[in-house]
Amino acid sequence: MTTAPGARDDSGIREGKGGSEGALALNGVTRRFGDFTAVDNVSFEIGPGELLALVGASGSGKTTTLRIAAGYEIPDAGTVTLGGKDITRIPPERRGFGMVFQHYALFPHMPVEQNVAFGLEARGVNKVDRLVKARAALASVGLEGAGSRAIQSLSGGEQQRVALARAMVIEPKALLLDEPLSNLDPTLRQATRNDLRAMLRRVGVPALFVTHDQEDAFAIADRIALLKRGKLLQCGTPEELYHAPVSREVAAFIGRGSIIPAEDKGNVAAVTIGGVKRDLNVTRPKGASAKYDKAFVVMRPDALEIARGAGVLAWRGRVTNRRFAGGVVVYRVELSDGVVVDVESNSADAHEDDNVSVSPLKGPHPLVPA
Amino acid sequence: MRSSASRQSWIIALPVIALLIWTVIYPNAAVIAGSFEDGLGHWREFLNSPADLEALRTSLVISVASVFASLAIGVPLAFLLGRFEFPGRRLLRAVATLPAALPPLVGVIAFLFLYGESGVVTRAIQRALGMAEAPWQLKGVSAIVFVHAYTMYVYVFLFVSAGLERFDATLDEAASGLGASTWRRLRRVTLPLLMPAVAGSMLLVFMNALGSFSAPYVFGGGLRVLSTQILASKTNGAMGLAYVETTVLALSAIAGLLLFRWLDRKRKYTLASKGGRARRVIRSRRVQLLMTGLSAIIVVMLVLPHLMVVLVSFARDGSWTTQVLPPEYTLENYRRLFSESELWRPITNSVSMALIATAANLIVCFLAAYLIVFRRFAGRRFLELLVALPWAIPATAIALGLAATFNQNDLATARVLLVGTFWILPVAYFIRDIPLVASAVESSLRQMDSSLEDAARGLGASWLMTMRRVILPAARPGLVAGGLLAAVTAVGEFVASVVLYTHSNRPISMEILAQLRALAFGTAAAYSVLLIMLVLLMTLAARSFEERLA
Repeated sequence: MTTAPGARDDSGIREGKGGSEGALALNGVTRRFGDFTAVDNVSFEIGPGELLALVGASGSGKTTTLRIAAGYEIPDAGTVTLGGKDITRIPPERRGFGMVFQHYALFPHMPVEQNVAFGLEARGVNKVDRLVKARAALASVGLEGAGSRAIQSLSGGEQQRVALARAMVIEPKALLLDEPLSNLDPTLRQATRNDLRAMLRRVGVPALFVTHDQEDAFAIADRIALLKRGKLLQCGTPEELYHAPVSREVAAFIGRGSIIPAEDKGNVAAVTIGGVKRDLNVTRPKGASAKYDKAFVVMRPDALEIARGAGVLAWRGRVTNRRFAGGVVVYRVELSDGVVVDVESNSADAHEDDNVSVSPLKGPHPLVPA
Repeated sequence: MRSSASRQSWIIALPVIALLIWTVIYPNAAVIAGSFEDGLGHWREFLNSPADLEALRTSLVISVASVFASLAIGVPLAFLLGRFEFPGRRLLRAVATLPAALPPLVGVIAFLFLYGESGVVTRAIQRALGMAEAPWQLKGVSAIVFVHAYTMYVYVFLFVSAGLERFDATLDEAASGLGASTWRRLRRVTLPLLMPAVAGSMLLVFMNALGSFSAPYVFGGGLRVLSTQILASKTNGAMGLAYVETTVLALSAIAGLLLFRWLDRKRKYTLASKGGRARRVIRSRRVQLLMTGLSAIIVVMLVLPHLMVVLVSFARDGSWTTQVLPPEYTLENYRRLFSESELWRPITNSVSMALIATAANLIVCFLAAYLIVFRRFAGRRFLELLVALPWAIPATAIALGLAATFNQNDLATARVLLVGTFWILPVAYFIRDIPLVASAVESSLRQMDSSLEDAARGLGASWLMTMRRVILPAARPGLVAGGLLAAVTAVGEFVASVVLYTHSNRPISMEILAQLRALAFGTAAAYSVLLIMLVLLMTLAARSFEERLA
């Protein structure tokens, strides 16, 4: 459970919600549609104020997982608990979660204010109070004075914030977001990440969000749960997934890099390319066996360097592609034995078809079992 | 380049617009002019006639009552079939639109056979309860509204079903996630979002009920409505008064149209189509049984009129007097229809007139739709109005306009003599079906990427080749669907026919009415069955044509 000091705001929105401090947990949840297993024995827990990102390619079961957490789907096996209480079969309308849908699902026939106040209306809050609260919620997402506007007149970013305000105004016990950034254009997306993280932390309840974009997940989440074909591959901090992936599949999905066969020697792993053998410092995930029978090392572009000239201990190769990426240049280098690596370099001297030497930096480099 | 494109638009548009002005605007203008031929005299006559004022009021009352009766049936049925899964759902869904397949007059006589004073259901209840008189009489406002509700709820049902299908299910989920109960979701989210569909269907029912002729004509029982009043005035030779009544009827229809437009003015959103949600499976045994029982009753109610017409078509004419069911059955009715040329005549009349009208509709409406969708020229809005206008004018009014305009040969005023000839009915059918065919073709063309035409021209295709190879194939689904609808409506047409027919070009509907008047129920029913068969045949032909091409 990650809790950053000073990030929690105990003054406002969380008052009078005794018992809602609880963590949201999925315990061995499985959901099948006919022969197809959309979610396969998935477990994770999200503490209050924690942000967990469900990451995976499309069809990996992340949205179904989110819908199980929200109560729109009932799992065939496993339970959903909130603060230790089983809520698996409680319908969404009695769960008290705030949900932001991928296309926001704002009611097109109601102005902004009524959209935001809808959950309060359903809870029988009187008209004056719900207007006051709706306006406060709109102000908290930077939309003061937009209450009487029509949904159709809002931009994508504004719609997203209205959806967020609508989910937060009901003082939810958990927040669930389905691809909250996928409908925003790239520039707005970058800017919104920080805002979103700040707003979610302020509410101080477990927050679960689905994304197919690992950059979004890195920027917003405290922890990432990576799903593939309904199975949970790894759940951990972004750093853990990046630096200590548990499998080739995780390494292939998170971050960039080439996955190259290596000989596991314990603290180091030996990589031989074109007859040149190098020992690399490696990391392995917590609890992994001390030595793998068959291993692969993940070589990230930022853990390699271009060495000009013919160093004895460097791998020889030819630049096939050169891409300027802001502060650095990324070279794609074809080494011997058909190994292709991307190398980030501060030097822009090499060009396509140049012969270069590639050498691994100190590392440590992630090591995964075959 | 631009000016030559615009010149080309006008070369196509001018004949189309001229034809539509001549057939759509001119007759109605003649009616309005005719209503003032005596200064305000005819209008004064109308306003001082208690019978006419009563007819206007009754027409409006019937229309509004028909709207609400159709809503009461159509909306719950759409929800039942759209949202729930239960044994018998597919059967109910299959027959739910059946009433729309009955030509208007056939529906009316089926109700007469079933629920009329000597109808099967009426007699059966009378016998069972040992009553001296029929338990009810099928006449007056309630009888008309009853028939209207049966035939017109289909509009409401179809519109609301389509709305439910397009309904974005996540809106419902969002509402439930925010804590809204089922009832609140229905009241605050689902129904308000369905309002456009509901309002559209209400307008359709209103217009149909206002112009309805067959039900008031057959079971009016002395009741006056505007449409029957027009025919009565014309028959009595009071043409001036008939013109005033026609104008008032058309104005009421247009007022209704504007009222609905105004009510729907605030809506800025459209229902996004992100796929509906799965139907809820009813698991409770008891509710399941209830649903199935209920749908069985509805299915019987819906199918009964059709079955009744078929049954009576085998009844020997004159044999069915006081019995519950016709006592004697025979093939004689059909044998006579096929063997006696005088009896066969109405069938060839209806088919040929319907085909002529439909062919004209296809050509004119295709050109009009093409111009409306792809061409930017000054007269485009006017053309749009022209093709939509016949929809807003009740058929009786269209018919009377034709009667007032094409009753003489006079080149100076662009009149030709059509009244009393074969051609007057095809023209009337053509006018009635313009909006139907044009909107079908328009919607097909709108799905086509407009840059395809430019692409074809850019590749060197001539205008004709572009038409033949690009535009026509795109319009085809609309042409087939619109043509089918036009042919089906025309072959069973009654309302305009009753004003304009002559003995030699009498259509099936008029013959049914004549046989009914002669108490030859069997023959009337046999004609009705044949009419239904014709409609079925056309539908199958259109479908196989479309399948072969697709």
